[in-house]
Amino acid sequence: MVSVESERPGGELLVPTPVKIVIAGGFGTGKTTMVNSVSEIPPLHTEELLTEAGVGVDDVVGLEQKETTTVALDFGRITINPEVVLYLFGTPGQNRFWFMWDELAYGAIGAVILVDTRRLDSSFPSIDFFERRGIPFVIGVNCFEGSHLYEVDEVRRALDVDDAIPVVLCDARERESSKAVLVSLIQHTMDRLDATV
Amino acid sequence: MKSSRGDWWYDEAAGPLVRPYAMVRGRTRPLRPELHLVTQVRAMPSPSDPDALSVEHLEIMELCRRPLSVAEVAAYLDVPLVVVKVLLSDLIQRGDVVIRDPSRVPVVPDRNLLQAVLDGVRGI
Repeated sequence: MVSVESERPGGELLVPTPVKIVIAGGFGTGKTTMVNSVSEIPPLHTEELLTEAGVGVDDVVGLEQKETTTVALDFGRITINPEVVLYLFGTPGQNRFWFMWDELAYGAIGAVILVDTRRLDSSFPSIDFFERRGIPFVIGVNCFEGSHLYEVDEVRRALDVDDAIPVVLCDARERESSKAVLVSLIQHTMDRLDATV
Repeated sequence: MKSSRGDWWYDEAAGPLVRPYAMVRGRTRPLRPELHLVTQVRAMPSPSDPDALSVEHLEIMELCRRPLSVAEVAAYLDVPLVVVKVLLSDLIQRGDVVIRDPSRVPVVPDRNLLQAVLDGVRGI
């Protein structure tokens, strides 16, 4: 457990600034594996109850008459310092939970979109989602054992992403490799910030 | 992953839905719109009036002796996010729990914050 200073000067309780990164990608691309490999705590699991229609995430009045569904979220934590905490959220596997993605993306500094070169098309919806919202993202090409190793340029062409977007080969099981992807994302977000000022 | 400390309120017979909503007395709409997944919440050193609080509220007070996100509180208590948001809203209203003043949270992250995150991730 990382110790946290309890008070700011003046006696005010210290409440850290949260920072969020979304780990997205198609089913089975290694999202939870990546969260696991870098989180300082065993990954946590929580659930949100939603009505099938997805009208108003917080509106569960009359729940008993509606079809409800549970969206599972897995996330990890990295305490940056006493004043900053980073959270990593994996997106729900099923694409029909798009409305949950908005809550996940809200305020995020960026996203890692994991791709499996054997099923590139499963990551297209994630790329569309973050492109449309103008949220910075990088592509992490998770190199599964037994999958043919492609060149970064081949993957970039196949995904049709802009040259400015980093495409990084990785092994989501390896902490150092996952760290390198996160570093690439944060640098990319900083570059984008610099470009707009 | 189930939290061991959440055992007391998992009631097989009642099903996974009934208990959580009974717990918040049927109130389902979070009162505090600023409670997002990663919003940091922290309990004051002691509740103002412990007798007025439910077991669930007190459990949150105990958990939040150190700052935690809304999502972490939900995960440790093993209840849906919407239920935790209602319970936290009660506690914020009473002044027993503080959240980070939303006015101090930058909408667009500033460079210093990103640099701190970059250094932090490199250091793990």
